[in-house]
Amino acid sequence: MDNLGTIGTTEEQIELLDVATNFCRDKSPIEKVRALIDDDLGYDPDVWHEIGELGWLAIAIPEEHDGVGLSMAEVVPIAEQMGRNLLNTPFGSSTLAAQVLLAGGTDAQKLEWLPKIAAGTAGTLALQEDNGDWDLSNIEASGKVDGDNVTLSGKKQFVLWANSAELIIASVKIDGELRFACIETSTLPNGAFRREAVIDETSRSFELTLDGVSVSADALLDASRTRETLEAIELAGSLIHSAEMTGGTQAVIDYTIEYLNTRKQFDKIIGSFQALKHPTVENYVEYEKSRTHLYSAAHCFNDQGRGEVAVRMAASQAHGTYSHAADRAIQFHGAFGFTHDCDAQLYRRQAIFKGALNGDAAWHRAKLSDLLFD
Amino acid sequence: MADKPSKAELKEYAEEADAWFKENTVRDPGFMLPLTFMEVSTDEQFDFLREWQRKVYEAGYLGATWPKEYGGGGLHQDFQRAATRAMKNHDAPIMINAIGNGWAGPLILDLGTEEQKQKFIKPMLSAEDIWCQGFSEPENGSDLGNAQLKAVKDGDDYVLNGSKIWTSLGDRAKYMILLARTDFDAPNKYAGLSFFLNPMDVDGITTTKIKKLTGEYGFVQCFFTDARVPADCLFGGEGNGWSMAMKTLEYERGAKVKPVGGYFVKELDVMDIVELAKNSMRGGKPLLDDPVMRDKMTQFMIDIQALNLNNTRRRMPQLMQDRPMGLPLMNKLARTDLIQRLTEFSLEFQGSKAGYYVGDENAVDDGYWHRSYLNSFSSTIGGGTSQIQKNIIGEHALGLPKTR
Repeated sequence: MDNLGTIGTTEEQIELLDVATNFCRDKSPIEKVRALIDDDLGYDPDVWHEIGELGWLAIAIPEEHDGVGLSMAEVVPIAEQMGRNLLNTPFGSSTLAAQVLLAGGTDAQKLEWLPKIAAGTAGTLALQEDNGDWDLSNIEASGKVDGDNVTLSGKKQFVLWANSAELIIASVKIDGELRFACIETSTLPNGAFRREAVIDETSRSFELTLDGVSVSADALLDASRTRETLEAIELAGSLIHSAEMTGGTQAVIDYTIEYLNTRKQFDKIIGSFQALKHPTVENYVEYEKSRTHLYSAAHCFNDQGRGEVAVRMAASQAHGTYSHAADRAIQFHGAFGFTHDCDAQLYRRQAIFKGALNGDAAWHRAKLSDLLFD
Repeated sequence: MADKPSKAELKEYAEEADAWFKENTVRDPGFMLPLTFMEVSTDEQFDFLREWQRKVYEAGYLGATWPKEYGGGGLHQDFQRAATRAMKNHDAPIMINAIGNGWAGPLILDLGTEEQKQKFIKPMLSAEDIWCQGFSEPENGSDLGNAQLKAVKDGDDYVLNGSKIWTSLGDRAKYMILLARTDFDAPNKYAGLSFFLNPMDVDGITTTKIKKLTGEYGFVQCFFTDARVPADCLFGGEGNGWSMAMKTLEYERGAKVKPVGGYFVKELDVMDIVELAKNSMRGGKPLLDDPVMRDKMTQFMIDIQALNLNNTRRRMPQLMQDRPMGLPLMNKLARTDLIQRLTEFSLEFQGSKAGYYVGDENAVDDGYWHRSYLNSFSSTIGGGTSQIQKNIIGEHALGLPKTR
């Protein structure tokens, strides 16, 4: 099978891994994560500012657009460490918005938005709709072109961090064709957003009503590059989510091990019971497989053919493993696991949310099977 | 340390190795070849594999990294890696002398005397001296530390009494690495154990073949009845048997002594399974049109790819910092379990023909898949069961308390 990838790292990637490991641990202790759950914005603006200062939003943006000129491979360790420490900010959605512009934006759109995102401006995507279909082309929202004006209508769901974003890239159908439109949030009418109650309380997500919103025709992404745009959304999105989920898996396993090593029952540290020890080992084995797939996907990301296989393997493995490890974390904490105070639920909820946003393990396997067997 | 080769040197060597294996590899000698050293059943299989190892060794493609003065090639390990790769690429048969080359050899090279190195290393590389392992006993399998075979010092000899079991190649081996109890009053069970490089051709040692679940032979029970072996067979000193036995496990990871090269267990080629699936029918349609089978096969592909890439990642310290022991320790568990599930899955493809077995002309691939599945248990049970592996990983990689 010649579309199976390999694994490797870059020097910059490993340097960023070191820096991000310390930064995310220091900036996102669990008390702070929990305090931010009740905060409207949902993240610490000072930390967000620092992330911008560090240039992390510029990593995969070319130098000609004021970026660092590295690739998605170097974004991976950062997203991984953010997931590990539940440091949830518009980092992922903004990075993805930049990748979408690179794949399908017009020159003018790239010139306008990429330097802004590189400097720390948040962007996001509006893709999902009420049918809940992960097939991004199965949508109802539409645009009507009238001269230089495009009138939008319909509703989009799960627009992440829309409260912070200056740019939203929304998918709509125009004359039956899938298109993407850049919307500046400053132009949206009051009440366009409704904050959604989502299962991951560390995230902020909004429903966006497009009715009555219009953009100029040059806010539409390049019609000839819709396929590339979709591919960027699916693959860059999956890579970022896989990284965050893999980091989260490591954290939830560590959290479980700590409890198994301290809690006593029947006069014994409960980690000595094989009923708890063996499944924890099994989850750990799956976690290491997740991380291997993740760094393989990062390494192969730009390879034609191999990239998609590697990314979908990573996404499937990451979601399945995160879900199960967090599920067992709740169970192994006993009655404490049933409480909101136990951190296990944070990870379990996030795993559900990530799968919902990006396609679950089975969805990616179905996509993979077409690449592998047909 | 041998010098790291230049790219040009390595390329030339790899091309030579490739040409050699291309010319010399026999894949179908007219009888079924064992997939692992634990499956050598008939005389013709044994003779063939022993001769094959001799040939590979003499060509310089086994033990290339081991010291020249004892029969190795004295080369940098990049050379041996290239040779092993060529072996794999040509789907060459296994090396038979697993216990010698994988366990006893590294131990002797690391801790043995000059005399022992001179005596044992070369003939084990050439497979002239076959080695076997005497760890498990009928009453002490997973609880290896409780081994009871008795070794009593008597003059210049040790007198051995007891039994070892599940010994692959035990009836064909010249030597056995043997774990025996020299002290029954030691403060704990481990401290009473000693390690021997034990000759098999002495009076009082007999073997009985054990028929495997496949219907084939391949391992034996060994009986020791007042067997006298010279006292200099003791290795590492009395009471150090457990630490010697544990050391042999370390060598598997190749940190102290460079790995001998080759392979003792044939990797299943996943593409063969994909081919089998593609050629199978269900309900009048290709099997891989069935979404359930498709999903399962895809999951296996994800698992296989992870384990293959894990092997590369193990050599990347930058991605191994959090739990450096994790990947090395999990390899056996993950790989052997996966092969078991995968070969079991391959039987699902075969519809009614899953009912045939080796020996029937209608059996799919001469019963290869059935045999592979049944034999897969040798790896999930032997060398520490999967359940024991989980204890080891839990305790040594995750820091969980011991299970007692």
